[in-house]
Amino acid sequence: MFLIPDSFVRFFHRMASPPHFYALTERLMPWLTAIFILLVGSGLYGGLYLAPPDYQQGDSYRIIYIHVPSAWMSLFIYTVMAAAGAVGLVWRIKLAEVVAISSAPVGAGFTFIALVTGSLWGKPMWGTWWVWDARLTSELILLFLYLGVIGLYGAIDDKRVASKAVAILALVGVVNIPIIHYSVEWWNTLHQGPTVSKMDKPSIHVSMLVPLLLMALAFKVYYLIAMLQRARVEVLQRERSAQWVRNKFFGTAS
Amino acid sequence: MKPARKQRLLLIGLMVVGIGAATFFALKSFNDNLMYFFSTTDVVAGKAPKDALFRLGGMVVKGSVSRPGDGMTVRFTLTDFSKEVPVEYTGILPDLFREGQGIVAHGKLNGQGVFIAEEVLAKHDENYMPPEVKASLKNNDASMEGK
Repeated sequence: MFLIPDSFVRFFHRMASPPHFYALTERLMPWLTAIFILLVGSGLYGGLYLAPPDYQQGDSYRIIYIHVPSAWMSLFIYTVMAAAGAVGLVWRIKLAEVVAISSAPVGAGFTFIALVTGSLWGKPMWGTWWVWDARLTSELILLFLYLGVIGLYGAIDDKRVASKAVAILALVGVVNIPIIHYSVEWWNTLHQGPTVSKMDKPSIHVSMLVPLLLMALAFKVYYLIAMLQRARVEVLQRERSAQWVRNKFFGTAS
Repeated sequence: MKPARKQRLLLIGLMVVGIGAATFFALKSFNDNLMYFFSTTDVVAGKAPKDALFRLGGMVVKGSVSRPGDGMTVRFTLTDFSKEVPVEYTGILPDLFREGQGIVAHGKLNGQGVFIAEEVLAKHDENYMPPEVKASLKNNDASMEGK
């Protein structure tokens, strides 16, 4: 711990205290919302209006402005969820458990959107709604992992025990993340290879790439908003008998 | 770090590494089944199943597409830039089917080594660009070839 500056450690200790977290996120929310609206507005305008049509797919390629950021988010959120779960397991930080479980429904939503938009695009372009290739199948497994996490958490009454169980399930499923990412390189798939992460030569024109990155940022901020809102409710529920919650909602009496 | 936390961290690390290793070996042993299609080289080498449906993937050879007879039947050649396999298909082709495009066909080989496809799917590549850029790329290619 001696490598990390003291002020940084103090910040995290304060963040981990539920009343402080609740107050801080309350102040943060309007800012996050404003940033999200700005990003999603400029991203959609750039992607749907300014960006030129594709040389082969015409306008149908524009679904990537939803599909690709959603797919990225489905992987990103799972990683955050598993990491928060691990922190909760090792350091027993309540807030990490809350972040982990609050991420699951948001991640499941993005995974679902990625699957549905991909399917809608696949029918006219590939000629089929769905194929059991490695990329599509592993992404579907990711959706089931998210649903499993949500279900398992709901099935156990003691939420601290539930958090431990969920963290272990999330950590087991983490093995799927590199599989999804590299599936298009390790195996023959119908799904095309990576476009943006290919460093040697950009295979997407810059006029199409900029709105895509804006949308990716917008989705990241949306995740923050949605996850923090869920986390605030979860914190209140867990701390319902704590003094600070009583003070906040029922005045100083009691 | 407190010993109890260190131990938990170690346990979690071991669990993730263990599951990773197990998955790695499982996927490695199922590697062939996870391939969505056979390449044309596999088919020429006789690795593809005989008398059974399988998927064949490759690039449509430029200038190989012909429509003999009623116009619903299409003949073309698929390649992986090493071996070629002739394909015959009757039906509607997807939007992205064109010469030089990657496709995946589902069907089986007949006695003459022609792949009779029941379904043709287009495999999209990872390139996105405006039509003007594509046109200028084409011009560059043409002028390069002319030299």
